[in-house]
Amino acid sequence: MADFIQLLVAGLATGGIYALVAIGFTLLWQTSQTINFAQGEFVMLPAFFMLGAMSVLGLPFWGAVVVGILVAALVLGVLFKRLVVDPMLHHGVLPLAIATMALSLFLKEAVKDFYSAEAQPFPPLAADVNVSFLGAAVSLQSLIVVAIAIGAVVALQLFLNNTQTGRRMQATAQNPTVARILGIPVERMILLAFVINAVLAALASALVTPIYLAKFSNGEYLGIAAFIAAIVGGFNQVRGAILGGLLLGVVDNFAAAYLSAQYRAAIPLVLLIVVILFRPQGLLGRVEERTV
Amino acid sequence: MKKTLIAAALATVFAGSALAQSGPVKFAFIGELSGAGAVSSTNFRDGALMAIDEINAKGGILGRKIELKQYDTQTNPGTARSQMQKAIDEEPYVILGPIFSGIVKVSMMLAQQAEIPQIMGGEASDLTQQGNAYLFRTSFGQQVSMPKIANYMRDSVKAKNVAIVWVNNDFGKGGRDNFTKEMNARGIKIVADLSTESGQTDFAADVVKAKAANAEAIFVYLNEEESARFLREARKQGIAVPLIGETTLLGQKVIDLAGDAANGARGHVGLSADIPVPAVAEFKNKFNARFKYVPDHNGIKGYTGVYAAAYATTKLGKFDSKALAKSLHGMTISPKDEPGILLETTWDDKGDIDRISYIAEVVDGKQKITSELPKLGK
Repeated sequence: MADFIQLLVAGLATGGIYALVAIGFTLLWQTSQTINFAQGEFVMLPAFFMLGAMSVLGLPFWGAVVVGILVAALVLGVLFKRLVVDPMLHHGVLPLAIATMALSLFLKEAVKDFYSAEAQPFPPLAADVNVSFLGAAVSLQSLIVVAIAIGAVVALQLFLNNTQTGRRMQATAQNPTVARILGIPVERMILLAFVINAVLAALASALVTPIYLAKFSNGEYLGIAAFIAAIVGGFNQVRGAILGGLLLGVVDNFAAAYLSAQYRAAIPLVLLIVVILFRPQGLLGRVEERTV
Repeated sequence: MKKTLIAAALATVFAGSALAQSGPVKFAFIGELSGAGAVSSTNFRDGALMAIDEINAKGGILGRKIELKQYDTQTNPGTARSQMQKAIDEEPYVILGPIFSGIVKVSMMLAQQAEIPQIMGGEASDLTQQGNAYLFRTSFGQQVSMPKIANYMRDSVKAKNVAIVWVNNDFGKGGRDNFTKEMNARGIKIVADLSTESGQTDFAADVVKAKAANAEAIFVYLNEEESARFLREARKQGIAVPLIGETTLLGQKVIDLAGDAANGARGHVGLSADIPVPAVAEFKNKFNARFKYVPDHNGIKGYTGVYAAAYATTKLGKFDSKALAKSLHGMTISPKDEPGILLETTWDDKGDIDRISYIAEVVDGKQKITSELPKLGK
């Protein structure tokens, strides 16, 4: 039972990180039909912003995290939208998707050139302390990751549902034409979605890099895992991305422990196939119909 | 007229031969400069670069400067073969690397066919068991290191049962098989046998399983970055039993990456920049001053590998790849004769290495040597 609880908490911690990244996929899709194949690199890169803030500016860890998030919001939010998405968007979904693939390669190679291909040390989130939970010794760091991930998701939901800007964003996602008629600044709402995506990715970066260590290739698996999580949960629902992320994290950990460590990477794909076969809109997604 | 033409042709042939023995001598470095092996190979490459610059500053080998060309295998077996072929097409005198055993395994045949000595960093035991007369180690093979670590488990750790966490590549499989054999021979039970993947980032499930096995010690046999991630996760989950490793686990890069989580890790060290030998300490300082990081054992492997080739060539008195390979078999190089070799080293008829080694522990973020083990041949 103790093993089960430890694996569950570790899985939820990993899943919480996947969820933060997966939410970004759904936000960008809903507001601008952007599928960002550089999403994994959007998680990899802020860790290097944070390392830079610590080494160049001499900031403490949490100060560097704040700077990393702000720089990410500017570079991976505003600049990404202005320099990559805007020029490509009117050419359709596919050219934009290819542009993000190119961006992914560019970011990886740039980090490799700038920082080297080797992993870099990254401070842990907290001291290595275990807390007793239902008879199991659970890592405090894992609990902090879960708490921060849940906190971020709850804050996002409150923002989307309980603020005027949040509701304007939802209206933009549902029907941009009507939203524009109603006087909602649609372009600004879309830009805000990109900034929120960058902030969530940077937060995920601060949570995952102490485990992965800072390395140019970190985004490769994260991007795929989050993409699968978003599809499993429902690509057009934020709450679907949350469920998909948590489910994937837990399944991944249990598969590694109880099935096969070698085939652990295949388990999420099996989950994806099953969901596509039996519930193509995702577990919490809604069916979208298009007229031809 | 006919005689003149023959004389001219012969003159051209001999002139070509003379040209081949002048100008810079080509060394090729083939290593994992990106991908999972980047830490190990960058260390090896930088050690080799330092040795080459030192030798060149003293006038080179037999009056010829060394020219090093680098090839990145990207830690990819397919790329490694093509890079090795590319290097061989340039007709190098000596090949340095690769470092990962699996990468060595897929590419070593090409160097053998070209009859070029390959001084590499792989440690899988079977690399030198395949009758390749051109392959030379720069560190112990697992058939040498695992009996030493097994004795340490039995005599110092006094473990009756152990868990092993290993990386599922040629290096890890070879280590796991040799370790299991040695444990069985000493009556030590393996209570958990955990395979992990090369490049794995999340070790939470593996640590939970290792913890659940209730082993008296955990033997960690992973590559550098994975070792650091495992140590961090083990510390995070509060593993209290000794974490024992073989050279890699106690390497400086692992210590740097793992931070405080590396403290307490211990085991056998075939080669280290922290061994109490003045020449090694001097090497470490020079390396650190030049590359701005502390070298691990791979840095020493690259450095001494170049010096071994240079020393053997000087002894030969000519540049002959085939003769160089022949002369290295059975050769012992002592620091008295060649200070760059750092530690007295012997190569046997298979290209395996023998030299002193150490037992070490990580204390306050530094590798601390606790005892010295003699050469097997002594």
